[in-house]
Amino acid sequence: MAKQLLKGNEAFAEAAIRAGCEGFFGYPITPSTEFLEHMAKRMPELGRAFVQAESEVAAINMVYGAVCTGKRAMTASSSPGISLMMEGISYIAGTEVPAVIVNVMRGGPGLGNIAPSQGDYYQMVKGGGHGDYFPIVLAPASVQEAIDQIGLAFDLADKYRSVVHVIVDGNIGQMMEPAELPPMRPLPKDVPEWAVNGAKGRAARSLSSIYIDPKDEEVTNIRLVRRWMEIEKNEVRYTEYFLDDAEIAVIGFGTAGRVASSAINQAREEGIKVGLFRPITLAPFPKKQIEDLSKHVKSILVVEMNSGMMLDDIQSIVQGRVPVEFFGRMGGVTPFPDEILDEIRRVNTNEAVINGQVRAEWLDRLEKLIEEGK
Amino acid sequence: MMLAEKQTMDLIYQRPESLSDAITHYCPGCTHGIAHRLVAEVIDEMGLREKTIGVAPVGCSVFAYNYFNTDYVEAAHGRAPAMATGIKRVLPDRTVYTYQGDGDLASIGMAEIMHVAARGENITVIFINNAIYGMTGGQMAPTTLPGMRTTSSPNGRDVELSGYPIRMSEMLATMDGAGYIVRRSLHNPANIRKAKKAIRLAFETQEHGLGFSMVELLSSCPTNWKVTPNEALTFIADHMVPVFPLDDFKVHPAIANLKV
Amino acid sequence: MPIKGWIEVNDLYCKGCELCVAACPQNVLALDLDQLTPKGYHPARLITAGCTGCNICAIVCPDAAITVYREARQKNKVAINA
Repeated sequence: MAKQLLKGNEAFAEAAIRAGCEGFFGYPITPSTEFLEHMAKRMPELGRAFVQAESEVAAINMVYGAVCTGKRAMTASSSPGISLMMEGISYIAGTEVPAVIVNVMRGGPGLGNIAPSQGDYYQMVKGGGHGDYFPIVLAPASVQEAIDQIGLAFDLADKYRSVVHVIVDGNIGQMMEPAELPPMRPLPKDVPEWAVNGAKGRAARSLSSIYIDPKDEEVTNIRLVRRWMEIEKNEVRYTEYFLDDAEIAVIGFGTAGRVASSAINQAREEGIKVGLFRPITLAPFPKKQIEDLSKHVKSILVVEMNSGMMLDDIQSIVQGRVPVEFFGRMGGVTPFPDEILDEIRRVNTNEAVINGQVRAEWLDRLEKLIEEGK
Repeated sequence: MMLAEKQTMDLIYQRPESLSDAITHYCPGCTHGIAHRLVAEVIDEMGLREKTIGVAPVGCSVFAYNYFNTDYVEAAHGRAPAMATGIKRVLPDRTVYTYQGDGDLASIGMAEIMHVAARGENITVIFINNAIYGMTGGQMAPTTLPGMRTTSSPNGRDVELSGYPIRMSEMLATMDGAGYIVRRSLHNPANIRKAKKAIRLAFETQEHGLGFSMVELLSSCPTNWKVTPNEALTFIADHMVPVFPLDDFKVHPAIANLKV
Repeated sequence: MPIKGWIEVNDLYCKGCELCVAACPQNVLALDLDQLTPKGYHPARLITAGCTGCNICAIVCPDAAITVYREARQKNKVAINA
């Protein structure tokens, strides 16, 4: 199939359909709504389930019900809606059923705004809902990557009976760019051995996240942790750009990583030895790769569209081996390539130091930038 | 009676197949057990056991999934109608029902129950109204009667402070998507028989594809009402029925004419 | 002659709640205070003749603990009476 000019959210929805999604349950919220609108049109055409729920709370619980039958189902929302879904996501994780949740992140906290943000990093990557569980988190940086990763998300969800979050920001959700959709996958005929679909000719089954005896819950927790360690072993994904001879490594995910790559192109033209490490799986996080990277570069610059959430994870991996600098925009502001280029130049000229003041120094620079009208 | 004599007798009643062998955790005399039994009898009689998926709530009936010999899922508090919607939409030929108490359905799950009815979701809801939160130890429910003492209304429900009981059946009957909405009671044999017939008709509504169906069952909570099981039944008749009248609030014409 | 009936109470399920005792139209049920079920309740028992197998006890039993039997109808009963 040839490349077409595709709008992010619509293309992701179509990709989900082609990956065998048989149920979509959602609630309108900017900047993810086109996802729901595409599903509203396409799912009934294919005889598949679509419900515009009364709330995100209901939507995620509809997903919960649908996936308990062994069918692929999903929802898509944006930050405040994802907050409402957290209860259901925890139940899905506790019941060990697969589900795919797309978060087109926007500025926050609170009602915030509808502009692109990566402020949900902690909520997504660290779990977000109550209890001991580990979601898989994929962070694509382009329409094409998101299309591919939505198919991957369903496969990973099924393989590990896990919650899989695909997190993009409003930039990628709203962007139009050339991309190629995968062919329609045939729907599976087999029903998973755990699914609840009517006890025809077999013993009755139940699916639940309740383990009233703490010993049973602990056994379940152990199973979840072991499964997570398996995921950490098998499913780490990332891309590298100009890292072979790099002295400065920029680390950024999603849109921030993508903007950074433009800045890196320019910096390379200026002769600065800088490269990009872009995690694709934020969970499992590419810990080993970042640890290795920190042994080969002189400094690291983390770029995010939040207050430095991934920065904390990277600092704990790097453990002071090399200085880790930070640049971020918040509140729905997307950094420009020249802002990141300036940061790369700064790190290149003034040797970065480790003084425990990364965040404070960044805030000072950011406030100056804002004063300059950027 | 001699064994030989018993062998000449007809079996009139035995534990329904759709109940599991589990001993329930319900307190002695709690009418949850009667409601479970009636649902199981109806599933048996209609031959639905192998195509039924139940959705359990949070509350005293949280373990309902252990007590039925059918497939079951366990929902989050109040979300059973949403979960049932997800199941029914991807498996429309299965029989899907929720079993919910008053806190689950009429308080935390108010949005889900109203919208599942508004959508005319082709599922059945068994709604247990015992005017109290049982599982957490007897707090005020959205259906607690005015003046009724609970652990969170220790001087009796003061309507000035905490409002009035909610009549769910009356409200849900206004929904165009509802096919069958009735209230019954479990306080004596005659009413239990009527309750069973209503449960049958609710499941028939679903099997005939006539939209949302719900049977509200006035039920007892001897432990938290602090009375004996038999006194609790008298309480239903004397105090609950006047506030929650037993009636048919909406019956689809096709169901009204159905002979079962 | 009244119809003869018979009930059996499964002690595994009976919780001695007495709903059947109160509901029995023939007053032939009582808790057996000399016995304890595995769960520690006094189970309901048929204590005297007079059960008609009317099924009321099973209808009110919250634990589906009761099995009810009734004297088989004689198929030619109507013919004999006529």
